Amino acid sequence: MEVFEPKIVAFVCNWCTYAGADLTGTSRIKYATNVKIIRFPCTGRIDFMLLMKALSNGADGIIVSGCHPNDCHYTSGNFHARRRWMMFRGVASYLGIDLRRITFSWVSAAEGAKWAEVVNKATDEITKLGPNEAYVKTAKKFQSMDN
Amino acid sequence: MIKLLKKSSFEIFFKNLQTQGKTIYAPKNNGKKIEFSKIDNFADIVFDYIKSNQSTKEIVFPRYHKVFRYTKQADDTVVLQDFSADSVPETVVIGQRPCDAVGILALKAIFETDIADKPFTARFNKTSFITISCTKSDENCFCTSSGLNPGSTEGSDILLTPIENGDYYAEILTEKGTKILEANASLFEDSPEIDKNKYLAKVEVRFDNKIIHEKLNTIFDHETWVEQSLQCIGCGACAYVCPACACFDILDEDNGRSGFRYKCWDSCGFGNFTIHTSGHNPREVQSQRWRQRIYHKFSYMPKREHVFGCVGCGRCTDVCPVNMNIMEHLQTINAL
Amino acid sequence: MEELRNRAKQLLEAKTVDVVIGYGETLNNKIKAVFIRKPEDAVKLVYDERCTQNLGVYLTKHEVKHFGKPAIVASVSTMRTVLQLCSEKQVKDDGVLVLGVTLEGKFLEFPTFKTVETFMEKGVQPIPAKDLELMAKIETMSLDERWAFWQEELQKCTKCYACRASCPMCYCNRCMVDYNQPQWISVPSTEIGNLEWHLMRAMHLAGRCVNCGECGRACPQEIPIHLLTFKASEEAQNQFGAVAGLSSTMPSTLSSWKPNDKENFIQ
Repeated sequence: MEVFEPKIVAFVCNWCTYAGADLTGTSRIKYATNVKIIRFPCTGRIDFMLLMKALSNGADGIIVSGCHPNDCHYTSGNFHARRRWMMFRGVASYLGIDLRRITFSWVSAAEGAKWAEVVNKATDEITKLGPNEAYVKTAKKFQSMDN
Repeated sequence: MIKLLKKSSFEIFFKNLQTQGKTIYAPKNNGKKIEFSKIDNFADIVFDYIKSNQSTKEIVFPRYHKVFRYTKQADDTVVLQDFSADSVPETVVIGQRPCDAVGILALKAIFETDIADKPFTARFNKTSFITISCTKSDENCFCTSSGLNPGSTEGSDILLTPIENGDYYAEILTEKGTKILEANASLFEDSPEIDKNKYLAKVEVRFDNKIIHEKLNTIFDHETWVEQSLQCIGCGACAYVCPACACFDILDEDNGRSGFRYKCWDSCGFGNFTIHTSGHNPREVQSQRWRQRIYHKFSYMPKREHVFGCVGCGRCTDVCPVNMNIMEHLQTINAL
Repeated sequence: MEELRNRAKQLLEAKTVDVVIGYGETLNNKIKAVFIRKPEDAVKLVYDERCTQNLGVYLTKHEVKHFGKPAIVASVSTMRTVLQLCSEKQVKDDGVLVLGVTLEGKFLEFPTFKTVETFMEKGVQPIPAKDLELMAKIETMSLDERWAFWQEELQKCTKCYACRASCPMCYCNRCMVDYNQPQWISVPSTEIGNLEWHLMRAMHLAGRCVNCGECGRACPQEIPIHLLTFKASEEAQNQFGAVAGLSSTMPSTLSSWKPNDKENFIQ
């Protein structure tokens, strides 16, 4: 049987997590290769619709990561983001969206090891959950219309 | 041609149509509303209803439908896959109301003026309409003011009028109808000519759409448009339930090396409907959009396509979230 | 009702206000919004249990703003709407004269927004029992059941945007779904587009929804979409202690933050 390799999209902020992920690499820490990183100026810029688009385009899991509270390059972007995610989780799970597929973390530029840990943990979790079939099936109905 | 379809024969008729490979749409209760749905079991069909929430236009003019699909090959040549009539199944609509049938004629007039719209024509040609006359009406019905009546035959291939014992007085009206009759000849019995009017719902005449048509020539700048539309909140509920509303948008869904162009419903009531690329919006406020709606249905369509764009089903009034009553507004215009 | 008519007449005669937004009757005994500008038309005003629409939606409408200063016949949820609109700078402080109707059906005039705020301290309109029941049912569903429930409901959506149009808080000149570069949400009613649209609507109303339930009433398909924004309100209250429409100066829930916002999911 073919082993399921989840596709994970990571939305990360430029100043902390992206630099942290860089450190993971320069520190030669090995971690799961399932993650595709998309760099943002700030977690405050990460709209929930980006997550929805990633899911409908076939992402099995998502990681959203940025600066620890009080570390934001723009002072409060991550505080705004935190509120948004607190709200988003409530509404999304009410609609039946599986929150186990969406990981949130704070990873600073110095936490290369933590980034590896976050990615590995998310990869394990999503491998266990399997492909995001129900969601993708719903998304593909429009794409595959034949008349 | 006049025939009689016995109540007891209806289920056999339905099953025959199924075995003849037809896709059947009929009114079904979805738990909240009566909607036309694909029907597999005869028992699912609802006969005792006044009108469905959505009209049957969705069957010939779906909410969204493909125009063409394109794929870029490895050598960068593009393969176009045009809309194909083969993708449309042979369809029979059972139990729509006479006003719905006329609504589809209005769509036909729009889609087939000048250049025929291929997807619409394909769907229309492959669909047969077995309409059932209305024996009941509700407070929002005004077909008789729109030049129709609860037993209008226009647009139907077969019109069934319920008579005594639940049997149906069947009028076979078109070639499509005759084909259905021939394929099910044993079920349709001979019937004497009867006056079906006594079985039909009584719908009071409230205004005359021809007078409205005339009036509209002179009242474009009348204050009534602002007055009537003050309460309008600019949603598209009325347009989407209307059997004769045909506005659509054309969009592309692009996925890099492949994609498709499709049409989908739109509504002249939306604020952005007429917005130009420059940002200028010729219909800037709701009163202009409301006026457009009435003019399109009662002035432009009769002039251009020789049909009215309103069949008097009253669905727009049924669903309006702010209780705008089209009959009231038309009566006002009639009296101006 | 006489009281309301007389007061409206007085206000228009004295030119204290230019228009009274209230309820009137249609020819078939339904209720519609009326915009009374002449004192003698004040007799057209009615108020009874049929008057459920949240008239606050008209406060931001171009043609209505054009009339001048409004007075509005306001149920408790409409009063909350007025306060919330003021906090979002959509109506000027005391720019609307509130002709309130209490939960008991008593008329009460509010000369200033401060007095509306004080009145709100007595409590807001309760969520109807029917909605509470369905909300409780959804809460007890498993994830898959919730997904199935909403998919079944949302596939009926035709994207007529009656929910958006009827919502007094949806006053944006251009809604996010109307942007097509990029096209965030599919224009037609598609399975995924409907889900995304209703999620987005709930998110954009989170902490702003005054729980009037107008979107659910407006829906021609009777989809219980108002429960989504009710849920968002519940989250806003439970997580941030924010209740919309109690104050004309409240900062927007999702555009503000506290350093000690408490979550339990960020690793």
